[in-house]
Parts: sequence; C-alpha cells; structure tokens
Amino acid sequence: MSMKMMRRSLLYTAAIGYALLSLFPLALMLISSLKPNIEILTKPLELPSKLTFVSYEKLFLELDYAKYVFNSAYISIMSLLLVIVFSVMVSYYIARFQFKWNGLLFFYFLIGMMLPIKLGLVPLFLLIQDLNLVDSPWSVILIHVGSGLPMAVLILAGFFRTLPKELEEAAKIDGCTNAGLLMKILVPLMKPAIGTVTIINFIGVWNEFFFPMIFIQTEGKKTIPLAMQQLFGEFTTDWSVLFAGLTLSSLPMILIFAFASRQFMDGLTAGAVK
Amino acid sequence: MGKANNDSLDIRGGMRKKWLVHLFPLPAVAIYTIFIVYPILAAFTYSLFEWKGLVMGGFNQFENYKRLFMEEPYNTMFWNALSHNVYYFVIEMLVQNTIAFALAYVIYKKIKGVSFFKVAYFLPRLLSIIVVGFLWKLILNPNIGVLNATLRAVGLDSWATAWLGNPDTALTAIALINSWFAIGFYMLILLAGLQSISVEVLEAAKLDGATGLKLIRSVVLPMMFQPLVIVIVMTFIQSFEAFELVFAMQGSMGEPYYSTDLLAVFFYRTAFGTSGGDAGSLGIGSALAVVMFVIIATISALFMRYVNKREQT
Repeated sequence: MSMKMMRRSLLYTAAIGYALLSLFPLALMLISSLKPNIEILTKPLELPSKLTFVSYEKLFLELDYAKYVFNSAYISIMSLLLVIVFSVMVSYYIARFQFKWNGLLFFYFLIGMMLPIKLGLVPLFLLIQDLNLVDSPWSVILIHVGSGLPMAVLILAGFFRTLPKELEEAAKIDGCTNAGLLMKILVPLMKPAIGTVTIINFIGVWNEFFFPMIFIQTEGKKTIPLAMQQLFGEFTTDWSVLFAGLTLSSLPMILIFAFASRQFMDGLTAGAVK
Repeated sequence: MGKANNDSLDIRGGMRKKWLVHLFPLPAVAIYTIFIVYPILAAFTYSLFEWKGLVMGGFNQFENYKRLFMEEPYNTMFWNALSHNVYYFVIEMLVQNTIAFALAYVIYKKIKGVSFFKVAYFLPRLLSIIVVGFLWKLILNPNIGVLNATLRAVGLDSWATAWLGNPDTALTAIALINSWFAIGFYMLILLAGLQSISVEVLEAAKLDGATGLKLIRSVVLPMMFQPLVIVIVMTFIQSFEAFELVFAMQGSMGEPYYSTDLLAVFFYRTAFGTSGGDAGSLGIGSALAVVMFVIIATISALFMRYVNKREQT
C-alpha cells in the first residue's frame, strides 16, 4: 500500500513539476507586462509592487494593434474558408465516385504532407511576383490553402467513407443533385470533421511567420507575428512594452482556446494520428 | 407543376451532373498544384541553371551543386548546418519526446486533474513560434533575464552564462525551447496511442510478471508502434525544416559564429542573400533546397516503409 502511495506521489510530482515548467514562462510574460519597467530590471523575480497598464498604453501608441488583428483575422478566415470549401469538394469526389484516377488523386494530396513547402521558396517567390501578388494578403492566403489541403483531404475523405451511402441514395431518388446533396445532407453531418480541419489550420495560419515575412512588406498589411518582429526591433530597452506585446499577441488564440480547449486538443491529435 | 418539372429535368440533370462532378476536385487540385507541387518541382529545375539575381540564365548542369559542395564558404556552412540539424533532432528525441512520453504515461495512469494538466502542457503550443523565440530571448538575457537572476538568487552564480551568446550552449538552448513549445502536442499523440492499447493485453502481461519499466519496454512501446513512428517522423521533418526560432533569436547568420546555423537558415540566407549575396545565390539556394528535400523525403519514406512492412507481417 505504501509502495502504491509512493508511486502515486511520484506521478503527481512529475505532473505538477512539468506543469510549472510549462506555465512559468507564460505567467512571467503576463506578470512582467503589468510591471513598471524599472522593476523588471531591478526585481525580475518578484511580483509587481503595483499593477500598471502603462506598458499597454505605450504599446497602443506605437503599434496599431487593432489593424494587425484585423490583418491576421482576414488572412486566417479567408484561408480557412477556402481550405474547407475546396477540401470538402475534392474529398467528396475521392470518397464517393469510383473512377480510375481517384486513388491516384488521393495519393497526390497525401504526398503533400511530406513536402516542406519552405523548400519551394525560390520558385514560389518568382511565381508570386509574376502573379503580381507581392505585398498582397492573397499571396499568403493561397500558400496557406495549398499547404492546408493535404491534411484536410486526408481527414475529410476518411470521414466521408464512414457516412452511410443509403442517405445519399435516398436523396438522389428524391431528385437531389450532387451539389445539393453535398450542401444539404452531407456537410451538416460532417461538422466534427470540418471542426478538426478548422482548428488544425487555424493554429498554423494565425501564427504563421515565414511566408508573411517574405511576402508582406507594407506596414499596414502586416500580421501579428510580423508586428512582433518589428516591436523587438524598436523597443530594445523597454521590456515591459515587449512583454505587453508578446502577451497581447498570444491573447486572441488563448481566448479562443479557452472556449474550445477539448476540440483543439482532440482536433490536433486527430490530424496527426490519422 | 413544379414537381413534374423537376422530374423531367432530372433526366437531363442526370447527364449534366455526371460531368459537373468532375469539376469538384478542380479548385483544390489547381491551388495545390500551383502553389505547393510546382514550386518544389521547379526548385529541381532551377538548381540546374545559372542565375543572375532574380533572372534565370543558361543551363549549367550540376555547377550549383558543385559549388555548394566544393566551394567555400558554402561547403563548410552546409556540413556545419547539417550537423546542427542532426543534433537538434537528437535533442528533440531525447528530451522532448521522452518527456512527452513520460507525461502521457502519467496522465494515462488516471491521476486527478487530467484536463488541467493537458491544458497546462499544451498551452505553449498555441503561441506563434516567433513569439516563443522572443519571449525566451528575454528570459535568457545574460544580465537581466529571469533564468540567470534565478541562478544567482539560489547561489549558482557560476552557472549563469550568456546562454545564447555562448557557442557551446546556444543551440542546445534553442532545441530545448522548441521542446518546451512542442511537448504538449507530442504528449497528446502518445497519450492517444497509450489509450488505444487494450486493457486485457496489459493485464495479461502484468499477470506474467511484467511491471514498471519492463512492462513499458516489452509490452507498451511495441503496442503503440504506429504513434511512435508518427512522432519520430514528425520530429524529424520538423527538425530538418526548423527556421523561426533561430531566425528570431540568433538572426539569419545563426549567431554566435554560425554555431546555431541550421539548413533552413542557411537556405534562406543563400537564396535571399543577407550575407555573401553574390551572383548565383538563387541557383545554389535551389540546389540546397533539393538536397534538403532529398534528405527529408528519403528518410521519412524509409520510416514509413518500415512501418508498412511491420504492419503486414
């Protein structure tokens, strides 16, 4: 019995110990953003003597935060919308119509999971330039859609196969077209799978840094991660502003996560385990 | 009336929808082909041509590859960066995935507060990797960062060092920061693997006298072979295309003295020439992209084939 107790307490020590390690930097980020700058320098380990929002005021003076949120949201929503609509269409085709090239089509999308698109950067740069999309949010959106499709197709085609065919046959007898069938009957049934696709892509797209850094240049079009890069170039001595910027840039995602943490965690693993 | 119309339309509609449905894959195939498949294939072609700035010159066979592997500073930088990627991968396997497995096992053992622990471990994964880099850059600051302040506070002054300024510690620090970022994610995958093992098998093994580490090694790990390989392959791909942390914390030169240089950082630097941006960099950059692609694709494919073989037997 005491052996068992010891083992239990070992489990809890490990669980709590790592939880502290995992959360400490995040807590530090939040607390430091509410500290006067001088206390960050002189008492880095202590709680603030008084809470202050001065750093946020300075941050808002310097950065047009609402604009960056809008830019990030625009790119994320457009990317998600197109990934979902296009992947539903192609997955339906792959899962429900038995043509010769269906297997090949599925495989064609699958290999995309292994293609690190960063490595196509040079041709992609020239392509975006030829399409006149440099500095347009659509450069980033189209790349996100392309790189989000393989995982989306894998998840959705798998889900389509689990839906009973009888439903569709009944609908077809009633004179439903393929498009109507898809929209009115199948899509509502697929909400969980579409939710998974949304979450996987949302985390990636919202936080994406590499391609926006390459393609978005105008100040007014930058996303939140790009704004952070700029902030760290400017305020090197005022750490409370830096911490405030980091906190604020993480906040939207953490708030959304707070409402759907289970779906987030299940969704991401579903994508990986499939 | 409407009903009759629909019925009569249905015959023609049947004809129409037969070819219309072939348009369903079109937008996805087009975007995926143009923005993902084409650029990666084109990198192969680009690597065989001469480049003057952003303009493609004549076909020059394997000249770019020759320069990448024979000419200074490219050859030294290549092997230097490659060795760092391998080191990075090893650290992620030893630290990130070991801790992730241990945490998954702890949660699997049905401790109280499972949902709190899952959220606590997963939370860092929600941040943008660039934010992670900047945050830890502040924490690791040699003079006023929290890590050194803590070490000094507990009397370990001699341990306090310029973590990111010291070539001996910088790359390890970055790999560990990436572990902090990703552990929760890998923990969830491994937990799903653990939970898929049938309880009967575990009970039978316990009756046979397998306990503790022996149980894990000889029963648990073999039975979650597939999630393990997924974790290894994902870690491998992610280690070989890692870029953002080094870029955010150490810049595009992999400072100090290229001690944190990784292949993707070297690639970015060569193609977009912040240093040594001489003529022909796009060609050498493309050659490097092809070499990286071959490394990643070959090793991932070997892993996957190994899994498939094992599953068939």
